[in-house]
Amino acid sequence: MSSALARFATSWKSAAVGVAIGVLLLLGLPSVVDDFTLIQLTIYLVMSILAVSLGFIWGFGGILCFGQAAFFGLGAYTYAIAVVNLGDSTLPFLLSILVPALFAMVLGYVIFYGRLSDVYMGVITLTVTLILFNLVNSTAGPEWKIGTAPLGGFNGIPAIPLLNWPGNTDESITPRGMFNLSFGLLIVVYAGLRALIASRIGHVIIAIKENEQRAQLLGYDTRAYKLFTFTLGGAIAGLAGCLFANWGSFTSPTIFGLAQSAQIIIWVIVGGLGTLLGPVIGCVLIQWLTTQIGTQQTFNSNLVLGAILVLFVVLVPKGLLPSLGELLQRLWTRVRRRPQAGVGVGVEERQA
Amino acid sequence: MDLAAIVVIQVLYGVASLVIVSAGLAVIFGMMKVINLAHGEFLMLGGYATLGAVKVGINLWVAIFVAAPLVVGAIGVVLERLVIRRLYGRMIDTMLATWGLSLLLVGIVTSLFGNITAGISTPLGSFTIGNYSVSVYTLLIIVVAVILALTLRAVLLKTQLGLIARGTMQNPQMADALGISPSHVYSVTFAVGAALSGLAGGLLAPLTGVVPTMGSAFIAKAFITVIGGGPAILAGLIGASTFFGAINQIAAFLSTPVFGEVALLVAAIVMLRLLPQGITGRFFKGSL
Repeated sequence: MSSALARFATSWKSAAVGVAIGVLLLLGLPSVVDDFTLIQLTIYLVMSILAVSLGFIWGFGGILCFGQAAFFGLGAYTYAIAVVNLGDSTLPFLLSILVPALFAMVLGYVIFYGRLSDVYMGVITLTVTLILFNLVNSTAGPEWKIGTAPLGGFNGIPAIPLLNWPGNTDESITPRGMFNLSFGLLIVVYAGLRALIASRIGHVIIAIKENEQRAQLLGYDTRAYKLFTFTLGGAIAGLAGCLFANWGSFTSPTIFGLAQSAQIIIWVIVGGLGTLLGPVIGCVLIQWLTTQIGTQQTFNSNLVLGAILVLFVVLVPKGLLPSLGELLQRLWTRVRRRPQAGVGVGVEERQA
Repeated sequence: MDLAAIVVIQVLYGVASLVIVSAGLAVIFGMMKVINLAHGEFLMLGGYATLGAVKVGINLWVAIFVAAPLVVGAIGVVLERLVIRRLYGRMIDTMLATWGLSLLLVGIVTSLFGNITAGISTPLGSFTIGNYSVSVYTLLIIVVAVILALTLRAVLLKTQLGLIARGTMQNPQMADALGISPSHVYSVTFAVGAALSGLAGGLLAPLTGVVPTMGSAFIAKAFITVIGGGPAILAGLIGASTFFGAINQIAAFLSTPVFGEVALLVAAIVMLRLLPQGITGRFFKGSL
């Protein structure tokens, strides 16, 4: 694994390259494409933030959460309910991060401090997602409201007020501003997580993923680190939920659904587990594919997504980005070896 | 008095339906430690198999008790060969792959039959207790659950097949050394589990109607029952079904069915926090 490419992937250089590409796209895209495409691209960005949140807790923390959609939905609903009640969007924006984070903290406490194994973790997160879905889905009547915000049940909450400048409710965000904000936040989240992973805390988080018992024996309280990872993942997913509520100014219980949770996992697994850029790539690819599927009638999107998930788990378990990296690495070593072709190389090649 | 009788029947029915819905999953998870997230879709396929069989003129009871288990068991064999077999011992990957299968099956069935609910009318009519009316089919579900549990117990304890299955479950290497191929046993176990799920789907079809996404309504309940039950397959299944079924029905009786389900799920999370090994991890140790 200590190949040049793997070293590059974990160094600050690759993070800088990732951020640089992001900033270039952020500045360049709005002048190239029209507003409609920009709005379409914005949803990709919002979902990418969600994908990164799972990519972080699963790929680096080793925590497979089957209910990342729960935090996403909670973020969207928190923003919607708070902004309808308060008017100004500053506090709702912060709440939409804080509430899912707190929820993740409580849930994580039950899971990690209860020493529940991976399988139970999957089942519990799945269950919580379903509880939220069932609960919110059944709040259709006018008697269900928080403050002045009706919950709407399966109809969802329409006409959510958009983000505005702090203190100035007349100036709400434009589609172009939404694009900039989403892309900016994606870059910030990416860079922040890369910095975290490179830090001391990040090293411990990865160590726990690799061998929890050994990390424990070295004196780290693995439960606390896992709880931190999980909570941070919940907060980022909540942020994505808030942006999602702003994007369509609408939210409905389907974002809590199993299909949504499955999609997030598919993004991460297709893009590549153990990377942060992989989930973004997976998310964009799959989202694009789902949109394309929506335009024709022969194949249903569940069918294609299911087939992709099965094929990737069985045949490409590492995901696209790491597999591509390995392929490049292999080609590179082959190219580099050629010019030195001598007597010894024949033996080497036969071995390979 | 009448009300009490009705509540008792409803609670028994809640327990029985959990036993039926979870039995297939319990066999697959208990024996093979494979978490089959496509379990709900096996139920759905059982429902469609029953519906299809009835449509071509087969007797409803034959459709439920023969056609549905056979069809889904056969599908189970194919899926085990194609996908599950490659992932033994990789629990998380199996979960993901079976989740993929679940989406795939929903997609295929939606493409074939459309996203509409097809119904079979509930047979057997109903009888009355005082002012309340009870469907005879409800009683049938209770009876079938009892027979199912007794049969499972008999097969596991009294037959050669059960002995081989239990031996392989306890120590696959030893079974292998004694000339029993574990992969063969797993294959049969998976097929039996799938067939049980198919039977459950067939039994549910007249009650709930059949729709491609019906699996997701049962998957969480089935999982919680099996995981909450713990290591002993049968004792766990019955213990957890009783506990969760009673909570579900009583909460549903006091408020709405939705809150009944929510109460079940919350009870499950609290219970797993208190008993991480499930009910039989603490009580009834060493039982089957």
